[in-house]
Amino acid sequence: MTTARDRFDGDGAPVLEVEDLHTRFTTPRGVVRAVDGVSLSLAPGETLGLVGESGSGKSVLGRTLMGLIAGGPTTEVTGTVRIGGQAVHELTAKQRRRLWGPEIAMVFQDPMTSLNPVRRIGVHLTDPLRLHLGLGRREARERAAELLDRVGIPEPRRRLDQYPHELSGGMRQRVMIAVALSCDPSVLVADEPTTALDVTVQKQILDLLAGIAAERRMATILISHDLGAVEGRTDRVAVMYAGRIVEKAPTKDLFAAPHHPYAEALIGSVPALSAAPHTVLRAIDGTPPDMANPPDGCRFAPRCGRAEDRCRTEPPVLAETAIDRTVACHFPVDGPAAVPVQEAAR
Amino acid sequence: MLLSDPRAVRGTLLTRRALALRGAAMALAGVVLLALGLSGLLVAVVNPVLVIAGLVLLYAGSDRLIWAARRRRTDLLLGLAAGWLVLLAAAALLAPVLPLGEHEDVASTILEPTYLPPFQYLDHPLGTNGYGLDMLARVIYGARASLTISLMAVSIGLVVGGAVGVVAGYYRRRVDGVIGILTNALLAVPPLILLIVLATVLDPKVRNMAIALSLLTIPTMVRLARANTIAYSQREFVLAARALGATRLRVMARELVPNVVPPMLSMAVVVISSLIVAEASLSFLGLGIQPPQPTWGNMILEAEAGDTMTQHPSILLVPGVVLFLTVFSFNLLGERAQQRWDPRGAKL
Repeated sequence: MTTARDRFDGDGAPVLEVEDLHTRFTTPRGVVRAVDGVSLSLAPGETLGLVGESGSGKSVLGRTLMGLIAGGPTTEVTGTVRIGGQAVHELTAKQRRRLWGPEIAMVFQDPMTSLNPVRRIGVHLTDPLRLHLGLGRREARERAAELLDRVGIPEPRRRLDQYPHELSGGMRQRVMIAVALSCDPSVLVADEPTTALDVTVQKQILDLLAGIAAERRMATILISHDLGAVEGRTDRVAVMYAGRIVEKAPTKDLFAAPHHPYAEALIGSVPALSAAPHTVLRAIDGTPPDMANPPDGCRFAPRCGRAEDRCRTEPPVLAETAIDRTVACHFPVDGPAAVPVQEAAR
Repeated sequence: MLLSDPRAVRGTLLTRRALALRGAAMALAGVVLLALGLSGLLVAVVNPVLVIAGLVLLYAGSDRLIWAARRRRTDLLLGLAAGWLVLLAAAALLAPVLPLGEHEDVASTILEPTYLPPFQYLDHPLGTNGYGLDMLARVIYGARASLTISLMAVSIGLVVGGAVGVVAGYYRRRVDGVIGILTNALLAVPPLILLIVLATVLDPKVRNMAIALSLLTIPTMVRLARANTIAYSQREFVLAARALGATRLRVMARELVPNVVPPMLSMAVVVISSLIVAEASLSFLGLGIQPPQPTWGNMILEAEAGDTMTQHPSILLVPGVVLFLTVFSFNLLGERAQQRWDPRGAKL
């Protein structure tokens, strides 16, 4: 159910559309619903922040919408994902491989393990170039050096012949970004790209990603549990909890006035630099639900201060509360009464 | 203080000069003991003790001398082992052009003296056997057979076992299950019995021996490759390669194999030594390469006839010592290689 409102205004057809996506894993403990009915869309050049705590399904969502997680003996994927108009999960494996690189690419969490330790930096970059763009050895090397230069690596030519262990963590993440950019994708999924890095390097990497996305009009999904990383660098934010999107809003509006109690608690738990020393941190009580056995009704209800009986029995639907803002809550924080999305669309 | 002595050699508190002096003294003492032991002047029981003590002292002394000369500790034992293997391989390769005595043709040695002791005649440095064949030539031609067979067997094991193991480790599920059953079945058969059966069925030729022995190496290699592949395919770089459109074949060949090969190579060196022993055992049982073509195994077998072993111990000792040194060297080399390329050490 992608509505017109869901789209980033005025930027033409969305490059990525996700409709009612479910990812279920069969495990010995039961069926884990890692992603449970997610819809979103992304316009060219738009940056979407995907936030939520560990285990909320952010990374699985990122991998499923790329098609890296597809149906299999223990995995079930339903719903549709369209990248540039093509339904990813209906393609053959071969067609899907052609999508990865030129259409959609991914930057991974840990640059320490996402580069092959026994292969040179140059090979990581030239492989996709030669595979997808059919460049020759020399041209690919030339392009690789340009890419390294673009992501701010000094002496790019020398780096091509170095091994991953010769580079620092920040440098390696820059290399991974260059690898992801190599075939000029229209969508970039950055899966917690700065989690493994020093705080000072984090800012550089995030700024680099934002700069490149703006320059190439590349749509970006920035997956993060760090609200600070998302604030100010994304156009819109989707807050995920227990496999579902609980609130979606323009970044500024969300941080100014979160509607979902979970989003409010998440923002409230960020320590403020201006707070007095020894201020008690505002943590969210309890733990995320077991996804093999999620609670009936609203999944946040057991941890929610505003929960009433209705919350424990009837799951709330994502509903529109204001222009371009949706929230899945029976009793949103200082919001007007929710109108279900389907009705609003008509 | 000694600690701050700028002339001290790395790894010790001694100065270069002191280290060299001690080394020289020890080496000299070693040589003297060795000479005494070998000259046979003293009681028979004491001689072997003297020889061993002399060798130990000589080794310790030369270790210190080299240490002082190079200013840092060198792995002398590894050097000796590598040197021995290089020498052996060179001799085996160059055997046809080396000025060696007759090694195989019994008819041409009818006039040669038999059972000559080693180290006493220039034209037969290691003596002769019961047919007057030259022992040095036989040991070198034996090395040719043993090394060729072991290297071929281990190469087959590396290629076949490695490929099967990587496929099993990457595909998992049913492929892995089937390969696992086959591997375990092969491991469950007692190796010597398997070899004896194969040796009776196959012609005892170098190629067939290599194929038979490779059956011993394949399961080990499959397991090693599979285990490493499973470990590496969990790494994000495999996912990253897939996310850029790499096919399964490409992921296996270009991402996994380069990571899996180093530990397999160090394992291969250790496996070679056990293959040399296995080949020698087969020859000793008369199931390997047939005499008169020499292998270390059938040379040892010659000593078994009658009281040859007591009358002419050199018939047993020459191939035995060469076999021992070779297996020891391969083991040492493999062990050092494993220390260096242990998969557990490869964190990144």
